[in-house]
Amino acid sequence: MFDTLSDKLQGVFSGLRGRGKLTESDIDQAMRAIRLSLLEADVSLPVVKQLTSAIGARARGAEVMTSLTPDQQVVKIVNEELANLMGGTTVSLPISPHPPTIVLMAGLQGSGKTTCSAKLARYYQQQGRAPMLVACDVHRPAAAEQLSVLGAQLGVPVHREDGGSDAIGIAQRGIAAAKRSVRDLVIVDTAGRTVVDEAMMSELVGVRDAVHPTAVVLVLDSMTGQSAVEVAEAFQEAVQFDGVILTKLDGDARGGAALSVRAVTGRPIFFVGTGEKIDALEAFHPDRMASRILGMGDVLSLIERAQQNVDVDTAKDLEKKIMGGGLTLEDFLDQLRQIRKMGPIGQLLGMVPGFRNATKGRDLAIDDRQLDRVEAIIQSMTAGERRRPETINGSRRQRIARGSGTSVQEVNQLLAQFKQMRKMMKRIGKGGLPPVLGT
Amino acid sequence: MSEDSDDRARWAELFDIALPPIERDQATRRRGLFSRLKDNLTKPRQAISPQLAGIFAPGLITRETWDDLEEALIAADCGMDAAVALVEELRAEAQLGRIVNRDEIASGLTKAVTRQMTPEPPRIPIGADPTVILVVGVNGSGKTTSVGKLAYRLSELGQQVVIGAADTFRAAAIDQLAIWADRSGAQLVRQGPGADPGAVAFDAVASGTARGADVVLIDTAGRLQTQHNLMEELRKVHAVVGKANPDAPHETLLVLDATTGQNGLSQARLFGAAVPLTGVIVTKLDGSAKGGIAVAINRELGIPVKLVGVGEKLEDLQPFDAAAYAEAIFSPTPTG
Repeated sequence: MFDTLSDKLQGVFSGLRGRGKLTESDIDQAMRAIRLSLLEADVSLPVVKQLTSAIGARARGAEVMTSLTPDQQVVKIVNEELANLMGGTTVSLPISPHPPTIVLMAGLQGSGKTTCSAKLARYYQQQGRAPMLVACDVHRPAAAEQLSVLGAQLGVPVHREDGGSDAIGIAQRGIAAAKRSVRDLVIVDTAGRTVVDEAMMSELVGVRDAVHPTAVVLVLDSMTGQSAVEVAEAFQEAVQFDGVILTKLDGDARGGAALSVRAVTGRPIFFVGTGEKIDALEAFHPDRMASRILGMGDVLSLIERAQQNVDVDTAKDLEKKIMGGGLTLEDFLDQLRQIRKMGPIGQLLGMVPGFRNATKGRDLAIDDRQLDRVEAIIQSMTAGERRRPETINGSRRQRIARGSGTSVQEVNQLLAQFKQMRKMMKRIGKGGLPPVLGT
Repeated sequence: MSEDSDDRARWAELFDIALPPIERDQATRRRGLFSRLKDNLTKPRQAISPQLAGIFAPGLITRETWDDLEEALIAADCGMDAAVALVEELRAEAQLGRIVNRDEIASGLTKAVTRQMTPEPPRIPIGADPTVILVVGVNGSGKTTSVGKLAYRLSELGQQVVIGAADTFRAAAIDQLAIWADRSGAQLVRQGPGADPGAVAFDAVASGTARGADVVLIDTAGRLQTQHNLMEELRKVHAVVGKANPDAPHETLLVLDATTGQNGLSQARLFGAAVPLTGVIVTKLDGSAKGGIAVAINRELGIPVKLVGVGEKLEDLQPFDAAAYAEAIFSPTPTG
């Protein structure tokens, strides 16, 4: 995410790098490039102006002009201003001290409210809460059915009323049902609406007034363009939302909406949706996002995901084996699966600092399908073969290739890579870093 | 002439379907098509119009006028490149003396955009047996709704329609489509959730051919253009449709949410790389949507816009008209 903005800003700064002191026109040039990048990233025009003037004023100050590393200073300033604009600290969804907590979902058509409702339910279910979903979208065909299917997948009860057209009544009865069955979190899904549709907006206000939500959440598509600010302002005026969930951030949307909405409405971003799977919902960290925009990677998120997904005991076991040079293909398969649990490989690599730069212009050939093939090859081996890959001769290779639907070359390639990896591991174990990694 | 027969004639024209002679004679050439599209478009335009209204106010053109115009175009989601190009085009005309006053910029802009965006009315000719239309796009762009509305329009014109429910991923997508099929009287070809979308698409084309249907509409699952595996799946669906009928799909339409910003270019590029796109359906061009991204996509990739959705109602999906679109986007004075 945000690739292009990172690329652009880095382009600007590499131009400044290594030239020592800055001139006024250097700063102007940098500001123009930053402005263009932000506009191309769909940051709304008024916010771009506000941001560039703040950055410009600071960049012309002594801290940059007299600095020996002006480029780093500018990076620091942009980073700080972006983080500032996005709200500085992480804000979480408010939970009511008197359950149930009621969350009202609102947004345009197709922004992802229904999917997000289910993701939220799952998120809080993981934290030990007892959520309930209420299907108040009486307009889109089969919207209630969609929520029911998702609820069933999660084992979360869904209140729906077929054939009804009274969103307010459904919401009220849904809350009542939740109280009866002692659920402590109620997520009310509503129909998508455009901000100029007065009847629909007043329906939303009606639902809000009927259920007295703990929080009203605006669901916003991260691909939204310049209209993000107007949309946010209109919902703000109508229902005073408390925060935002930014969806579809796993694509290549540059996500300028994230920058704009907070700046204009003063409301925080609670969560970001990062994938098709129902657990692809993450807390939003403004500071990390700023680093990410600047192409500085997001190591913290990566570590967090690793902690959620990697089993500590297995990892320790593996460490011993690596150090002793006793790594088998079985361990390798385990390891591969653990990593893949953390998410699509391309997304993970995007979080590694400097990775974007290192791969710039080159087609990143690592995709999940290739890893599928690796898994298939290893799974087509016998247990003995996995433990002692050196026993795999020509006819075994042919069998493995057939069994995994790959070619002998691919099997050869995997075995060669594994052999080399094992060699390297042994050397690390002995304390001598191989020259490649040591430099 | 009534708006209904107006509408009918425009759809018949889009699909290249002959109407009974009496009806055809009633249809005039331009058919006052501004009315509905513009009614729908001008109200939401208020967000941009004051900005443009300032630029278009009578007075001499200065350097600032051009800068303001560029900003206004960017604020309409046209993107930097298209905005700069449009401004350059108008500046050149100003230098030739064709544009002198600021109030002439509005019509100049409309003309420039119309020139660029298919000056000819768009066509989705319905002639093959059956004509297969594949509908693709990112999540939440409005594919299923567009397929439903298209089915309704085609049925209204006496076409026999088969809908293939190849979105087997999103929960209840098939049910949503079933309701639309019911409304339009189209036949629905479906399998269970999680079924192979290629198989569903193949069945739909095969069944449409066997039943002698005129049109087969195939709805697909929403996917972000960067999801490699899902784009490969789409490529496969496209190929499988071609196996059922070598000429199919006759149309592959990208559904684009009009609120989309510059990411729309990436969508058009990457979807276009996976399956050859023949046109764009711009949806939700109401509310605060700007719609300028369609101008940028057309400029950069040359993909024509064929349909525009201006609201939720069935009749709010309309054949695209470049002049009306441009005029609506850049109209300085709301008619409301």
